[in-house]
Amino acid sequence: MSLKFVQGFKFTKIESPIHKLDPRSKFILTIGYFASALLFTNIYVLIVVFLAQVPTVVLAKTSRRWLQSMRGGLFIGIFIFIMNMIFGTAFVQSIAFAMRFFAIMSAFSLFFMTTSADDLGLALEQIHAPYSIAFTFTTAVRLVPTMAVDAQTVVDAQRSRGLELDKGNFIKRIRNYVPILIPLIISAIRRSVELAEALESRGFGASEKRTSIATLTMRLPDYMVIIATCMGVGLAIYVSRYVPLPNLVIPIKLPPLTWPKLIVFSGR
Amino acid sequence: MISIQNVSFHYPGATDVLQGVNLEMRDGEFIAIMGENGAGKTTLVKMFNGLLKPTEGTVKVDGVDTNKRSVAQLSRDVGLIFQNPDHQLFAETVSQELGFSLRNFGFSEDVIQRRVTSLLNTLDLERYEKASPFVLSGGERKRVALAAILVWDPKHVIMDEPTIGQDYLQKDRLRNFIMQLVSQGKTIIIVTHDVEFVAECKPRVVLLSHGMVIADGPATSILTNSALVERASLVPPQISTLMRTLSDIGGNPEIIDAYSADDFLVGKLRERVEAPTPSQRK
Repeated sequence: MSLKFVQGFKFTKIESPIHKLDPRSKFILTIGYFASALLFTNIYVLIVVFLAQVPTVVLAKTSRRWLQSMRGGLFIGIFIFIMNMIFGTAFVQSIAFAMRFFAIMSAFSLFFMTTSADDLGLALEQIHAPYSIAFTFTTAVRLVPTMAVDAQTVVDAQRSRGLELDKGNFIKRIRNYVPILIPLIISAIRRSVELAEALESRGFGASEKRTSIATLTMRLPDYMVIIATCMGVGLAIYVSRYVPLPNLVIPIKLPPLTWPKLIVFSGR
Repeated sequence: MISIQNVSFHYPGATDVLQGVNLEMRDGEFIAIMGENGAGKTTLVKMFNGLLKPTEGTVKVDGVDTNKRSVAQLSRDVGLIFQNPDHQLFAETVSQELGFSLRNFGFSEDVIQRRVTSLLNTLDLERYEKASPFVLSGGERKRVALAAILVWDPKHVIMDEPTIGQDYLQKDRLRNFIMQLVSQGKTIIIVTHDVEFVAECKPRVVLLSHGMVIADGPATSILTNSALVERASLVPPQISTLMRTLSDIGGNPEIIDAYSADDFLVGKLRERVEAPTPSQRK
């Protein structure tokens, strides 16, 4: 289950116009989608923001893995919906919040599927981010597949000890993940300490000024993407401020939560 | 008994990791599965408790097809100890770590208490009962992982690389402990690269190479066959090499471990010292 979800955030080398874009313009595009999703709570617009990404996904030839990551996010989406319903948000509004999550997740999934860790590191360096930060970021991205393999091993090891992940009620199922998460976190921490020591013993940070053999250059398509993104976000801001939007209302609402009153305050 | 018939396996969209493997592992047998990195050793043992199901062929544990049982059901009889203890330790204390699987299998609290205490004693871990598994050394964590499986007394025990990270003394203890388990009638299967360890234990050796069984037989005959050993990217035990070098002056090529070599060489030397010299004979 968990492995498929990761697939939707993993870079694969494919020949596509989106893959060829400069990581900086791709990042601006992602932020554009992200910002537009945050600007609205209206369900129609959020669906539009979500669907507006589909052409990019198709162009990047990653539709299958994109769908996989969306399916992987379904659990969190449903969780957001249920939580909103429980805490008194209207039915349609709860769906809209889940939709917003999908729109944002999709944007980042698209970015990570089409941008290699190396490109990302280069981009960070070229916008003059400190090298240690660029390095941390690329390492984090690069370690995701390794962590996924680790996660599978941990799951296997605990299942061999009689752990049944999908057994029990909702609360029990969440608790079932404790024996998976703790070894994963611990081994990630151990690995990071080892990595830091290995880096230092190989002279990391010894030279103040690093040079890079490859440099990124923005080309025409990059400028086009940036301009299109700016226009899109501009339009989104305009719509959010000046255009009255139709609202879908389906009158389903859970009764408001009444917290059990404490006996102390209940009077005599 | 674990029997494997014509088993092939590949991960989705990849080439075969195992090809047409046939193996019969009888109860009470002690087996070492050896072979180069990526030969398919770990993949093979993951089939024994159903973590992986064969793409072709059948794996039967005590006569039951692993396809028909859940991992939890199979694990009750087949204890699989993973290579890296950090992939399984999570509890606050060592004794809770040991109790985890017993609780999963539904043992009662007093049985859990008794078994945990007895296992801690057996593996020399009693002083860590209330300690966090994470503060222990690598070798100790490995022992906790071992204890966490043996605690429910599975009939078949599989250990993936049990000797890694163990000092010589601990390895020696492990060997004794394994022998003890074998004498209790348990099937012990170890996956290892450690030729010297295998030479000392002398189990039945199954040699894997590129997903196929290339040899299956007693340790002595397999580890002294340099062609086979080389095919599996291993080297013959050092003692075996020494004995071969000495073969023209009476070295015994059947001897592959230090203990037997010790006896043999000391015996030979004594013979020479005690034999009357030509001058005494006169």
